[in-house]
Amino acid sequence: MQDFIQQLSDTIRAAADARRALAIHGSGSKAFYGHAVKGEALVVTGHRGIISYEPTELVITARAGTPLAEIESVMREQGQMLGFEPPQFAGGGTLGGCIAAGLSGPRRAAAGSARDFVLGLRLLDGRGTDLVFGGQVMKNVAGYDVSRLITGSLGTLGVILEVSLKALPLPPAELTLVQEHSQADALHLMNTWAGKPWPITATCHAGGRLYLRLAGARAAVKAAAATLGGETLNTAETFWRDLRDQRHAFFAGDAPLWRLSLRSTTPELELPGAQLIEWGGALRWLRADVDAMSVRKAARGGEGHATLFRGGKPGTAVFHPLPAALMKLHRRVKLAMDPAGILNPGRMYPEL
Amino acid sequence: MNAPVQKMPVDLERQRAVCSALRAFMPAQNVLFEREDVTPYECDGLSAYRQVPMVVALPENEEQVCAILEACHQMRVPVTARGAGTGLSGGALPLGNGVLLSLAKLMKIVAIDPLARCARVQPGVRNAAISEAVAALGLYYAPDPSSQIACSIGGNVAENSGGVHCLKYGLTVHNILKIRVATIEGEIIELGGGGLDAAGYDLLALMTGSEGLLGVVTEITVKLLPRPECAQVVLAAFDDVGRAGQAVANVIAAGIIPAGMEMMDQPATMAVEPFVKAGYPTDAAGILLCESDGTREEVTEEIARIEKIMSDSGAHLVRVSQDEAERLRFWAGRKAAFPAVGRLSPDYYCMDGTIPRKRLAEVLRGITEMEKKYELRCANVFHAGDGNLHPLILYDANDASQLQRAEDFGAEILKLCIDVGGTITGEHGVGVEKIDSMCVQFRTAELETFHALKHAFDEHGLLNPGKAVPTLQRCAEFGRMHVHAGQEKFPELPRF
Ligand SMILES: Cc1cc2nc3c(=O)[nH]c(=O)nc-3n(C[C@H](O)[C@H](O)[C@H](O)COP(=O)(O)OP(=O)(O)OC[C@H]3O[C@@H](n4cnc5c(N)ncnc54)[C@H](O)[C@@H]3O)c2cc1C
Repeated sequence: MQDFIQQLSDTIRAAADARRALAIHGSGSKAFYGHAVKGEALVVTGHRGIISYEPTELVITARAGTPLAEIESVMREQGQMLGFEPPQFAGGGTLGGCIAAGLSGPRRAAAGSARDFVLGLRLLDGRGTDLVFGGQVMKNVAGYDVSRLITGSLGTLGVILEVSLKALPLPPAELTLVQEHSQADALHLMNTWAGKPWPITATCHAGGRLYLRLAGARAAVKAAAATLGGETLNTAETFWRDLRDQRHAFFAGDAPLWRLSLRSTTPELELPGAQLIEWGGALRWLRADVDAMSVRKAARGGEGHATLFRGGKPGTAVFHPLPAALMKLHRRVKLAMDPAGILNPGRMYPEL
Repeated sequence: MNAPVQKMPVDLERQRAVCSALRAFMPAQNVLFEREDVTPYECDGLSAYRQVPMVVALPENEEQVCAILEACHQMRVPVTARGAGTGLSGGALPLGNGVLLSLAKLMKIVAIDPLARCARVQPGVRNAAISEAVAALGLYYAPDPSSQIACSIGGNVAENSGGVHCLKYGLTVHNILKIRVATIEGEIIELGGGGLDAAGYDLLALMTGSEGLLGVVTEITVKLLPRPECAQVVLAAFDDVGRAGQAVANVIAAGIIPAGMEMMDQPATMAVEPFVKAGYPTDAAGILLCESDGTREEVTEEIARIEKIMSDSGAHLVRVSQDEAERLRFWAGRKAAFPAVGRLSPDYYCMDGTIPRKRLAEVLRGITEMEKKYELRCANVFHAGDGNLHPLILYDANDASQLQRAEDFGAEILKLCIDVGGTITGEHGVGVEKIDSMCVQFRTAELETFHALKHAFDEHGLLNPGKAVPTLQRCAEFGRMHVHAGQEKFPELPRF
């Protein structure tokens, strides 16, 4: 493994010297996400395997090329899980890609995001330097939190080699309820419930139905279900997995898919097309062939941002434009980590 | 704690120039420079370090914060932000040639949104004041450092502070949605947003815990959580701390994430019990407090399981709080541990390492050995759930040799934490106190990355210089010192 790292490091160093762009490739499960990178392919999937996993320490450390499915099944055997329920698009995905994209699934609003669970990581920066930040302990404030900065930076700041994540126990009991509601009512209910100590771990509103996942101690789930009411969904596990991996019918077809991350109480968006809501109202998916300007305006109205997640007109900015002062700072952070600007240039923004 | 503070005479001309620049846009009474006016700001909670600042600025709003930074940037004057000054690592220690920027007057709760469960507050607001303000709505702000009645939310962001409930509810970084930050150029940037993530890099996470070195936080939007319906705590006593550590692992292995899981060793319980009368058995080698919160059904089920695990793990006494008064009494002892230990000796030095929990018994044994070596007593309180250890070293600051021994004792504990795979600070920050220990924990390459990031935010190094990240030169000197003493940590690594 050290040889593989040395090789990667040499490649990066040579590319930096020649100012030659590198396009980092994991399993390709999220190849659709972000702008295409023009550059020599740097394949990192060979670097795989779980390095250490100690269930009673609540920490798992694995190499970046390890398939998420492998991590998930090893943890399940020990009665644990990745709390942020990361998507496995097309059934694939590696740990490195998961952390580089920083995407989280249905449990996000209740348990936290990918970056919330990152305890430490090892990476190669844009000079090919092998760096270790954070660690394998729950609390660590020595030095800047580079691990969390790297999470979601789409490979533009470094090539992730290893990641340590906090683990969570699988809940003893789970139950999904379904109720019929308009979007406006569903939004109000989700926000109201989130302000009460109910054991809710996921919510979704799609096609006039509100799905509500309860999890925790058996008696607590039962009591909450009795009070909140609704039909019990028998296919709950499939439903949430399909939602997580975008295999739910809402995601089928070619219409552009927008992802809007907003204040959870933002009223129903006045935009054409179909909408699906997650995260208690804080995440809105939109299937519509609308101009980027109106989507971004709606996002700003909800104090959030909009991403053209899949498809859409070529040339449309995928990620929400940043204010000038903030982009200036982003540029400087990029230069600090990757002075030659060779790691996934343009995958996020043309400037980075 | 071995960073010498350079005492320099005040440059009177520069002091006058800075004061008049600041008074151009601030009321004169909010720009302090007279010795007796600035002396109250000479230290934070780590009072072994003192330095009187050249000027203290007390802005009343965000525009003034920006203007102060812009002026200091222009004049190349270093700036140290200060919240409530409860920090335990000397992070808010002023510079003799710098401006101390106090956020204490920015103490408004700007807005509360009950339905969206968030509050927008100014940085000088006290941590506990937020939960007090939203209590009637059935909400609270989760991170609860023991200093919560005094410390500021801005300081919490700068230190990424935790509390006794953070294994389940997270640290500051997990509980804030958005911050406004004034850069050293005096520009405002917004990080995070109204939703659960933001476009671009996660600079909100980078800024959290950056100890005032990257920017000055001027507003924070915090997440509010519903107050749990009920909570109960189990008190378990063990005649061996290793067994107590194993009990913690057994709780986690059973799939339980307790709302709080704290350990105290015998010296700590013996200090606390006469002071608080919490009902701790002082004959035990260590006690655990393990709390469950949530709905009534959840708590009943979990508490029964925890009780059983404690007995099965060899606890010789297990008690469950029978009512809210008893629960609070059990906690009162833990929360008063620092002041209680403070009564045993003129001074105490609070350490803050984090370790993998399974190494606990070994680390505590190591500390016992060190007590003999340095001839000083040490009491241990431990956020056991997340491995964050607070050894409290008892000493008398009036005895120079004791102070030196306490510092060396502390540094050796931190080294031990690193050796077992942990870190030199879990929640109190590096500040000036642990700056040399940073040289032990990080290699040159990582330190260079920290400096590059610092440079990205603060080209001239004006924000809280001398804190958190040591210069390579300092580490080189420190490294040589240790080579000389034959205690080099990574003999195989080049130390430039
Ligand atoms: C008895 C006691 C118990 C404690 N218990 C805990 C505990 O359980 N958990 C825990 O985590 N900590 C604990 N602490 C440490 C301390 O209370 C925390 O670190 C707290 O967050 C500091 O807040 P403050 O407002 O006092 O900050 P200060 O001490 O004033 O400053 C701390 C640092 O933050 C910077 N800073 C302050 N405000 C800003 C701002 N607005 N923008 C940018 N930088 C800023 C300062 O420059 C400095 O580096 C304890 C302290 C004491 C004395």
